[in-house]
Amino acid sequence: MSARETAPEQVREEREGRFGPYGGRYVPETLIPALDELRDAWAEAREDPAFISRLELLRRDFIGRPTPLYLAERLSEQVGRKTYLKREDLAHTGAHKINNAIGQVLLALRMGKSRIIAETGAGQHGVATATACALLDTECVVYMGSEDIRRQRPNVERMKLMGAEIVAVEAGARTLKEAVSAAIRDWVANVADTHYVIGSAVGPAPFPDLVRDMQRVIGDESREQALAAEGALPGRVIACVGGGSNAIGIFAGFLDDEEVSLIGVEAAGEGLESGRHGAPLSGGTTSVLHGSLSAVIADGEGQIMEAHSVSAGLDYPGVGPEHAWLRDTGRATYVSVTDADALAAFRDLSRLEGIIPALETAHAFAWVTDEGRIGGSGYDVVSLSGRGDKDLAEVLGLESV
Amino acid sequence: MSEGGPATIAAAFREAEQEGRPALMPYLMGGFPDFETSSAIARAYVEGGADLIELGVPFSDPLADGPVIHEAATRALALGIGLGDVLKICAEVSGDVPVILMAYTNMILSGAGPADFASRAREAGAAGVIVPDLPLGTDESIRSELEAAGLSVVPLVAPTTEPGRRQGICGVATGFVYVVSDVGTTGERSEVPAHLAELVEDVSARSEVPVAVGFGIGSPEQAAEVGRIADGVIIGSRLVRLVADAGGREAAATAARDFLVQTREALAGARVG
Ligand SMILES: Cc1ncc(COP(=O)(O)O)c(C=O)c1O
Repeated sequence: MSARETAPEQVREEREGRFGPYGGRYVPETLIPALDELRDAWAEAREDPAFISRLELLRRDFIGRPTPLYLAERLSEQVGRKTYLKREDLAHTGAHKINNAIGQVLLALRMGKSRIIAETGAGQHGVATATACALLDTECVVYMGSEDIRRQRPNVERMKLMGAEIVAVEAGARTLKEAVSAAIRDWVANVADTHYVIGSAVGPAPFPDLVRDMQRVIGDESREQALAAEGALPGRVIACVGGGSNAIGIFAGFLDDEEVSLIGVEAAGEGLESGRHGAPLSGGTTSVLHGSLSAVIADGEGQIMEAHSVSAGLDYPGVGPEHAWLRDTGRATYVSVTDADALAAFRDLSRLEGIIPALETAHAFAWVTDEGRIGGSGYDVVSLSGRGDKDLAEVLGLESV
Repeated sequence: MSEGGPATIAAAFREAEQEGRPALMPYLMGGFPDFETSSAIARAYVEGGADLIELGVPFSDPLADGPVIHEAATRALALGIGLGDVLKICAEVSGDVPVILMAYTNMILSGAGPADFASRAREAGAAGVIVPDLPLGTDESIRSELEAAGLSVVPLVAPTTEPGRRQGICGVATGFVYVVSDVGTTGERSEVPAHLAELVEDVSARSEVPVAVGFGIGSPEQAAEVGRIADGVIIGSRLVRLVADAGGREAAATAARDFLVQTREALAGARVG
């Protein structure tokens, strides 16, 4: 209890890692040095030509980028306007999640970490991370709610095949929120040798920035491809929003093009008014979840409520902080689609285009083929964030009921 | 409570120091296993010799907590326990010992905001707050609003916190500095980590307020070991587990009281010489 040796450092409020009032680092003190380290490591790596060329090579030859921008003619005819699909379903492992996973695992190895952990809901991020870890030969532990293990069985088998250890999370509703919490707790305990590959544009700073940077390849490619195909920018860019990574990735390519409307589609579950939904931007409040201040489904005392969505990847009560800010500033608009409409769109797109979309992605299509038909000029670009093979058993099970 | 939080806390540490022992600070989860029992446990803590009490506000997603405290929070919430209930327990014992609320940021931001939280906490006699997910630099306006109402805002230092940052944290501390004994979440540990003495010594040298250690202390013997180097000892998960296993209100209160009495005996004289 002796007196201070020197005057305390000036306490500065951290403005970096904020999007307006949102974002920040609401985490246990133990993690702060790891978050600082991660921020600095990414700032360095992105300027390192050797790192970037390795990443670009893997994007091209391993992931299969650039993914096509495909003019969906029959869909266009049905909605009455030209509709292009950004084919992230064709990326290796079948969804956009691989863009982030490969990038973060490469970064983690550059930082000297020897153990990778991840959470997963739909299993796509878990599969992507397990894939990156197999490729780059590093230990991988994936946290997954036991309800999601049940409804996304094929992805569980894929992760195991690639050598990942799956930890079933039994807390709460046994879905994505609890899987993220379990992964963060693991990280707090093993922070010295472990990197947490968070699966969406959520979490404490710098994760929302880092994940957007890893996913903006979707938007950058789309913009170039769209201009090449149409000679003009699209009228609207549309993506489904769970934690918001495919949406922020594709939006990032168009943020400065003010004439392009950005539309995020959340999961309305059984309807916003039912209280059983996964739409924090449309039906939530401002709160802290998993280390950042953002739109969250929470009660009046700040307790986080369970989300609900038929799609495991949108079944999350929070969303990335940048989306909350894009909503407040009006730069992006957020809408929502119910389970029933998403299931119908899942079937429609399969028949119409010969593409079975992920249930998450089906939310974006449901909006495009319904409310989105009216309004706006020009053509649309829709983020086809992933393929739906993983959802077949669940959808067929629901239909037989 | 007329005195400000910092003065009340300082007095409690001073008294323990004068008796040649570290201050004993047991934790309880407000509303676990039910309101009546947790209120009985708070009183048992006072009778068992607690110098201060750390009172948890249940939160649905407590990132700093391990399975025992997380489960206790979940059970309390399932009974409908809210901040108002926890503050009632606070009011029952805050006249006897200083009460430090352990509240996650959401509990403070929700409702009418930090100033309202602080005035309600002060009305219930709380002396301070620990916000385990509000590290230095994240939102200093919350800290100022809580302090303006007369609450101590107790910051945490972790084993991973670097020296420059420790300095900054000690600089803003009021009440005491909470040193987290080990990386990881709350929960009992089999041993006191080897690095702890060095960390506590360093933080003590930087801090004008007392330094207490928590996370992982699971027995009177471990408490005594930590008590030789720290001004205060915090016991959390061990006591919550004791209560969970006790089966019944009387048994829980008795077990908590007995554990504190034993710990006080083990701590006697720990700071002499
Ligand atoms: C195919 C697909 N699309 C979208 C999502 C939602 O995540 P995000 O909002 O981060 O893109 C997921 C999540 O698992 C997914 O698998």
